Amino acid sequence: MTHQNRRQFLASAAGLTIAVALPMKGRAQSGAANAFAADGSGSFAPNAFIRVAADDTVTVMIKHIEIGQGAYTGLATLVAEDLDADWAQMRAEAAPLDNEKYKNLYFGLQGTGGSTGLANSYTQMRKAGAAARAMLVQAAAAEWGVDASEITVSKGVIAHGDKTSTFGPMAAKAAEMTPPEDPPLKPASEFVYIGTDLPRLDSPSKSNGSAMFTMDLNLDGMETVVVAHPPMLGGTVASYDDTEAVAVPGVTAVRQIPQGVAVYATSTAAAIKGRSMLSVDWDTSAAETRSSAQMMDDFAAMVGSDTAKTAESAGDVAAALENAAQTVEMEFRFPYLAHAPLEPLDAVVEVKDGSATAWGGWQFPGFDNQSVAGALGMDPAKVAMVTMLAGGSFGRRAQPSAHIGAEIGAIAAAAGRDGAWKLVWTREDDLHGGYYRPMTVHHLRGGLDADGNITAWHNTVVNQSIMAGTPMEAMMQDGLDPTSYEGAVKMPYALTDMQVDWVRAESPVSVLWWRSVGHTHTAYATEVFLDHLLELGGKDPVQGRLDLLRPDMARDRAVLERVAEMAGWDGQKVKNGKGYGVALHESFSTYTAQIVEVEDVDGFPKVTNVWCAVDCGVAVTPNVIRAQIEGGIGFGLSSILHDELSLAEGGMVEQSNFDTYRVLRINEMPNVMVDIIASEVDPTGVGEPGTPPIGPALANAWRALKGENVTTLPFSKSVGA
Amino acid sequence: MTTFTVNGEERTVDVPGDTPLLWVLRDELKLTGTKFGCGVAQCGACTVMLDGTTRRSCVTPVSTLEGANITTIEGLDTPEAEAVQAAWAKLDVPQCGWCQSGQVVSASALLYEIPNPTDEDIDNAMAGNICRCATYVRIRQGIKDAAKALET
Repeated sequence: MTHQNRRQFLASAAGLTIAVALPMKGRAQSGAANAFAADGSGSFAPNAFIRVAADDTVTVMIKHIEIGQGAYTGLATLVAEDLDADWAQMRAEAAPLDNEKYKNLYFGLQGTGGSTGLANSYTQMRKAGAAARAMLVQAAAAEWGVDASEITVSKGVIAHGDKTSTFGPMAAKAAEMTPPEDPPLKPASEFVYIGTDLPRLDSPSKSNGSAMFTMDLNLDGMETVVVAHPPMLGGTVASYDDTEAVAVPGVTAVRQIPQGVAVYATSTAAAIKGRSMLSVDWDTSAAETRSSAQMMDDFAAMVGSDTAKTAESAGDVAAALENAAQTVEMEFRFPYLAHAPLEPLDAVVEVKDGSATAWGGWQFPGFDNQSVAGALGMDPAKVAMVTMLAGGSFGRRAQPSAHIGAEIGAIAAAAGRDGAWKLVWTREDDLHGGYYRPMTVHHLRGGLDADGNITAWHNTVVNQSIMAGTPMEAMMQDGLDPTSYEGAVKMPYALTDMQVDWVRAESPVSVLWWRSVGHTHTAYATEVFLDHLLELGGKDPVQGRLDLLRPDMARDRAVLERVAEMAGWDGQKVKNGKGYGVALHESFSTYTAQIVEVEDVDGFPKVTNVWCAVDCGVAVTPNVIRAQIEGGIGFGLSSILHDELSLAEGGMVEQSNFDTYRVLRINEMPNVMVDIIASEVDPTGVGEPGTPPIGPALANAWRALKGENVTTLPFSKSVGA
Repeated sequence: MTTFTVNGEERTVDVPGDTPLLWVLRDELKLTGTKFGCGVAQCGACTVMLDGTTRRSCVTPVSTLEGANITTIEGLDTPEAEAVQAAWAKLDVPQCGWCQSGQVVSASALLYEIPNPTDEDIDNAMAGNICRCATYVRIRQGIKDAAKALET
């Protein structure tokens, strides 16, 4: 999706989502108004985002969950810039639920996802900082009896002539000033922090074990609960026998809840042991019972189905294929993938006197607020939401169905009393729990003319819809779910006769966005197929792409040219026994190009070096951007080499833990060189865009080295097996 | 009842003998820096020092720990650990942070055994610690930087 399209898409999405969530409107949590009200200690809260305390600390309320992507540091950087604070005085705190004050400006409600956190906050947080600065200056002007226009602020010091003050002593007075309506922002030429490498606010606490995550909460009298979930996707409890489970020391109760059978205990170990002693009969009448291999064959057979909907077309692809000198077909098969964030899903709830507090890795806290409250039969306004640091997400916690909120709510409701409970999912729950990256088939047909130019391009994508059946279904137009094929449409190349079709598959297996969503498979299918066509046409992978880019695709062109320079691309796809491959892909309005160097080690690829050029507009926090690209590459490489979530015949998930769901380890991590294109365009996100190009760049390098296309993923299934 | 030393303090716990050390640390002793990621010694998030070597606490029954000496991330204060933590903060190694206690414990133990580890040494010592954020590039660099800092 192009930048503009995505914004429009999200804007229209937002309106509809708000409509769906209407009961919430006007019933926001206590939120910033309370959290940041003057508390008599001489602090100053100019707006919902900033508190300047008498001790000089500046705390920024972060409206986005911190899942490792650097939201705390990035948003605090924006405030510090236009507040002219000193970085050492900056602090970050998770904002409470407030779908108005803390809405994602692209979504229209509070939420984190789609690599929008920094981008939607860019002007908002800078304005918040500028407003606070203006009020501190007014306070100093009044205090010193001087003209505000003569006052300067730098690194947390307000100054006029020989008078100086830090922020703290001016906070109480600043609180009496009127916030400016539209405070001016600094020009880029005066940036002190934006574009520099500041230390992350959360690195020390995440290096010494003191950072607090949901699972680390230990409330007084709290019980830990694990739930026996159906072993097959779409299954439900038929009956259960808890005789042995309740005999386990520490187990206090067993209750059936909509999600399965919940075991309550005084410790996590007792809850896990109790669950292992349960005997549950499952009703599998509504469950998926096909094997994933069978499903994949079924999906492939749906190519050409008359239920196909055309997502994009130009010219006449049928005629172009007919007239081509040479036609090529390729079918790509992508498995289900689990996100497997290293902190498994969890939540804590405390119920007391008719109200509740729920702690969790809430990525759409408003959705979870509704699901917790719904399960408890409470007014959502009575349920406070506390967003904790979360041990990874990669999309898993961005949950329109809010099923974790529903589960912790059901646990408290089934207990039927006031108290506190912690829900812990084990890794087995995580891998068996659904919400996977959709299994997908791409069927591509291309045509070349006698000179090797690409004259026809037809791609059919078959997969389940992520949005259908969720509150986001209302965003689907003409029955099309753009997240199923984004990246296969709006390609930057001049393809005059082209068509992209989507066939919607169905299954009880739940699916969800997985770091870069549709781009996880569309970038692979399109960039591998394109590279293959360029090779057949006798074109160089870099020059061939440059020649094919539409004239207005300047940012795609720039990252491709830059990465070619970085890697010293000279047109040789094999050198000294190593293969080199290229991929170019825009996602979430951020442009990335990668070149991979690969060796063949005992018949399996070992990626040694990856070069990546990225254009994400203004680079607010370059070190965090590099980290996200490095991590995005590693996360993508893991899936391309190893990851597969498969169902055996009968529908049982075949992987249970990291011994069978094999993820990337340090010995497989390549060196990663990142270069960020200088830009004055408003920033775009970097959490996801590093992921899509690594797979096709590797596949193209591997084909250069071995002469084979890898079309069934992961590599471990196709190569050296 | 099992009695052992944690972070220099003698502790006695009254839990079933098959209780994994991980849950004793987290639930009984409220030392939550040691993390749960898999429960089957595959991910390394629960790594602690046990009598001088790294140990996956999620598969270590408390019954085997009578008289043992355990150090968790909260009590890790060797020169190697301090150098690793300083390098981690300097390079901004952590992203989500969930695995990093285990990474720091493993990295500190590596530097105690091998003061100047090669890439291969690092791979061998650290391959048991999964990082889903794939901070591996910086983990490797952080260990090298810590090794350098310890030399001087």
